[in-house]
Amino acid sequence: MSGGRVNQGGRDKEVIIKVRGLVNGFGDQLLHDHLDLDVYRGEVLGVVGGSGTGKSVLLRSIVGLNKIQSGTIEVFGQNTAGLNEAQMRQIEMRWGVLFQEGALFSSQTIAENIQVPLREYFQMSQDLMNEIASMKLSMVGLPEDAAAKHPSELSGGMKKRAGLARALALDPDVVFLDEPTAGLDPISANMFDELVKDLQKSLNLTVFMVTHDLDTLRATTDRIAVLVDRKIKVGTIDELRRDPHPWIQQYFSGPRGRAAA
Amino acid sequence: MSTVNDATAPDARARFRMERKPKSLRLVVEGEWTTKDAAKLDVQLRALQLGDAAEAQIDGSSLERIDSAGTWLLVRTKREWESAGRKVGPILLPNMYDSLLHTVEHEHTAPPVVIHNRHTLEAFVERVGKGTVHGVYQGAGILSYVGRVTLEWLEAIYHPRGNLRIAALFHQIEETGINALPIVGLLAFLIGIVLAYQGADQLKRFGAEIFTINLLGVGLLREIAGLITAIIIAGRSGSAFTAQIGTMRVNEELDAMQTIGINTVDTLVLPRILGLAIALPFLTFYADIMGMIGGAVMCYFDLHITLAEFLRQLQQAISLNTFLVGIIKAPVFALIISLVGCYEGLQVERNAASVGKLTTRSVVESVFLVIVLDAAFSIIFSIIGI
Repeated sequence: MSGGRVNQGGRDKEVIIKVRGLVNGFGDQLLHDHLDLDVYRGEVLGVVGGSGTGKSVLLRSIVGLNKIQSGTIEVFGQNTAGLNEAQMRQIEMRWGVLFQEGALFSSQTIAENIQVPLREYFQMSQDLMNEIASMKLSMVGLPEDAAAKHPSELSGGMKKRAGLARALALDPDVVFLDEPTAGLDPISANMFDELVKDLQKSLNLTVFMVTHDLDTLRATTDRIAVLVDRKIKVGTIDELRRDPHPWIQQYFSGPRGRAAA
Repeated sequence: MSTVNDATAPDARARFRMERKPKSLRLVVEGEWTTKDAAKLDVQLRALQLGDAAEAQIDGSSLERIDSAGTWLLVRTKREWESAGRKVGPILLPNMYDSLLHTVEHEHTAPPVVIHNRHTLEAFVERVGKGTVHGVYQGAGILSYVGRVTLEWLEAIYHPRGNLRIAALFHQIEETGINALPIVGLLAFLIGIVLAYQGADQLKRFGAEIFTINLLGVGLLREIAGLITAIIIAGRSGSAFTAQIGTMRVNEELDAMQTIGINTVDTLVLPRILGLAIALPFLTFYADIMGMIGGAVMCYFDLHITLAEFLRQLQQAISLNTFLVGIIKAPVFALIISLVGCYEGLQVERNAASVGKLTTRSVVESVFLVIVLDAAFSIIFSIIGI
């Protein structure tokens, strides 16, 4: 079965990422203990959890940056563990990752950064690549003069936008965002939320977002995955508010949680 | 009557065809218009001829899939036709792509990114100019830095605040001196062997093998041991100084020190300068000895000169001055290496790439200066007749 379909609420939803029995840990300390997770096509999934519960490790495990101890991870219906390099490249073409600090290549300009994936996979004319870079820049709301700048000349928020533009360069099916609004002022964070929502709608993206920002969760996500007790609990924000687990209660009903409501 | 001209192969993943009528034309696009085929479509679309039609339309209503690159190609084509004076109706796409089309068409109106050509004469002149100005500023920067370090030194000597960090000083001596003993010793030993071997080979022809020892003694003590040691230390400790101080700059540790009120030159630079100035003469002395041992070993095996003969000849060949001339240069080399290393460390900008760049520069500059200074010393010594 390719992709896998789950019948939920009478609607067919395609499972785009399927994690089963994931075990991760350092030494004899377990971070994830047989964790299961489904991500559906076209949804925005927020991943939350206390510090050190392995949110980023989960993201890194899915994109293959972290060697998992056991379990299976299927992306686009294929188990990533059994793929050769060429097959993995086919998958890597279809996802984009925005790292916490943007991870822009410091020796290249922003336009060149966005063109890196294009250059890697396609034989495009420089003109077309310039046009695409310019289009992606305006998509993520960066001014035109940012194109010729180097990453060190940009502010934190602009770096994240540029990182997002690079992640979107190949029009991926899924984007992974690692704490996209951390370190941004509330106004920039709001704008980033809007941006993610808009792009998700217009590009029909699936978004896997690790975040701590309750406002972001409320504004952008369809479902939220909470990492507690080395497992994951998934639900909408309202479902999770009713969850009796003490950490979840504190998280969503603490002063910040209520303020974001 | 419509004629079908310019069209893609009917079995392509992304297809289009031009339907031309006398007064209007219609571009019908079908299939999957994605980034995968953008390069090919780009060329084909640019080659389309408009003819004399006054009206045009782009119809993608039967597309199976389109992404932002595909949409961009359609939008660009539309804009090109419009600027060629044609009346172009709105692009037709399946409903689900409405917001994508909106995003691409309305948010992106700026001209495409221009990447400047870096190989023009103008760019060359600009680079030369920038380089010159940078060089002048660099020189002024070094001068003012040397001035500052000198003042801090005088300050530390005349008003000892007890804050010339003794622990830091000993740490530096250990780090730059004691920990460098194995590598300096081994290399000096090998240089001694090589020098003795080559010297013996040449001098044998005149039956003057015994003078290998003179060559060894004078060569090593006056020049080579000191030079080799300074170069090793420039590579080993000069680079470490730049990297350590540079990493602290990247982590904002230097800024933190400044806000607490700690003098960075006092805490970071002075112990390194003094530490290396103490360590390097000792290292040079050690390299002298190891080089001599290497030479003696070679003389024994190659020329069958016993240790007693070796020492007797050595005593005749060298005087105390020979040794002093070599050793007196060591603190000067140390000063240069640590000054350059610390200076470049303080120049690091707040990004990781600049640490690497300046570390390289620090090593190149200090090795260069050490060799230049060594030559200058030779000239001075020959003038004053030592």
